[in-house]
Amino acid sequence: MTITDFLFFAFAGATIMAALGVVTSRNPVHSALFLVLTFFSCSAIWLMLEAEFLAITLVLVYVGAVMVLFLFVVMMLDINVAKMREGFVSYLPIGGLFAFLMLAVMVYVVGPVGPDVMGAAALDNAVQHGPEYSNTEELGKILYTDYVLAFEIAAIILLVAIIAAIALTLRRRPTTKYQTPSKQIKVKSADRLKVIKSDAEVLK
Amino acid sequence: MNEMIDNLLTTGLEIWNWFPADWQTLLLILGKIILILVPLMICVAYITYAERKIIGYMQIRIGPNRVGPRGWLQPIADAMKLLFKEVIIPTKSDKYLFLIAPVLAIMPALAAWAVIPFDRGVVLTDVNAGLLYVLALTSIGVYGVIIAGWASNSKYAILSSLRVGAQIVAYEIAMGFALVGVVMASGSLNMSDIVEGQAGGMSSWYIWPLLPLFFVYFISGVAETNRAPFDVAEGESEIVAGFHVEYSGMAFAVFFLAEYANIILISSLTALLFLGGWLSPFEGLVEAGHWLGASSFFWFFAKACFFAFCFLWFRATFPRYRYDQIMRLGWKVFIPVTIVWLFVEGLMIVAEVGPWAASTGAV
Repeated sequence: MTITDFLFFAFAGATIMAALGVVTSRNPVHSALFLVLTFFSCSAIWLMLEAEFLAITLVLVYVGAVMVLFLFVVMMLDINVAKMREGFVSYLPIGGLFAFLMLAVMVYVVGPVGPDVMGAAALDNAVQHGPEYSNTEELGKILYTDYVLAFEIAAIILLVAIIAAIALTLRRRPTTKYQTPSKQIKVKSADRLKVIKSDAEVLK
Repeated sequence: MNEMIDNLLTTGLEIWNWFPADWQTLLLILGKIILILVPLMICVAYITYAERKIIGYMQIRIGPNRVGPRGWLQPIADAMKLLFKEVIIPTKSDKYLFLIAPVLAIMPALAAWAVIPFDRGVVLTDVNAGLLYVLALTSIGVYGVIIAGWASNSKYAILSSLRVGAQIVAYEIAMGFALVGVVMASGSLNMSDIVEGQAGGMSSWYIWPLLPLFFVYFISGVAETNRAPFDVAEGESEIVAGFHVEYSGMAFAVFFLAEYANIILISSLTALLFLGGWLSPFEGLVEAGHWLGASSFFWFFAKACFFAFCFLWFRATFPRYRYDQIMRLGWKVFIPVTIVWLFVEGLMIVAEVGPWAASTGAV
């Protein structure tokens, strides 16, 4: 077994164990952290497939940003763990059914049975690239030539999502007090302080 | 005597050849890692001393001067003290996460050094996507702090981890955009290529055409490392000490190591990306062959030291930001600034203005 094989099995094993951890751990924070580990070991496997751009972007976007915010929300929830464990058996059939359906679809698409949609057969004679091969450059070339329309549409969808998210949260509540830094800076003493001249009075 | 040395060498070589080729590579890489990490750890120890000394002089005090000559052994004494202190684990804390959090904090700070070039060709791994790798690793450093805050089961700690989470996500975006500017200028994600793209004296460093991005990057770097004036994560006047309030002994020390390792990392990155790393500032100004004009590790070290000094300088100078102002600065000032400058830079590249005009023309 070469080091590459060893690394593959180590990371693949870690991915599966972490994925199991996501669904079996009692604490939602632990589940979220197991999901982070799943992403991380997936990214290591992608790295071994010479897809370094995708691998690093997976860590950068999902681990570095999405899961941080996810964890952020989960940490603040006051979750009754005992209540969450209820109904495990009653949900099991429907959950199992969906898990089985997903597995069937995955086997159908990439597996040895069914039509070779993803081109898995081509993997048998895959070429190993030299050190000068840049995955980032190759992806860029394909994205901005062959798939430019799909890429731009995806960008627009993301932009719409960003604007929608901002519009949803940007509501002024009249009861909340806000500070406007630009107004704070512009304040002059004359606006706040009024000096009133008055004659001195002498009490008799 | 010579025979003995020869014998030792041949035995050493025999032992070395006894290992399979895969193991030899692994051992070589391990050796290089040690060669990087040991000086780094010494730097980390002495930047704590430098901080106390520099801030001391800025405040007209002397600073630590008791342990060893002029206090030079102070960091060693601190390390010994922390090593021998008990690591207290709070009763109701999440024990595993509590202990794993410091590791998660320091791991990315050290792992990022794998792609940092110290001199021409002196780098552990010269990967194509080096800059992306650094960005990804600095972004996962936040987990240590968040997990520490949550696992401590303390109100102050969790408040701090919430602050850190929001702050780092906000500044990471500005940081990423600033780095996009560097990538656009150099046309490469490889750290060595980025430095080589700035060859040709001080005027061709990326700091000049990318001045706004440089400022955004460095200030975001200060915010990412939770240093003053962005240190609301610790905020001792508000939330005691923040995420590490429940930590003691070595577990606490590891958080500190991570913070200072990050400072050195951000300083080095700023030197590499904007100030030409190991390239000499006097290139082309002095006659060829003079040591001032030759690029060397010394220049990289000097530039990184300058930025590390700035971190300490900021701490002695600026009052802490209010939290809403930090968020405002990140989202409403830095991100628009970077986006506008990326647009300007795009126009400059199209019009072939700037030091990169020749290099991008070739690509």
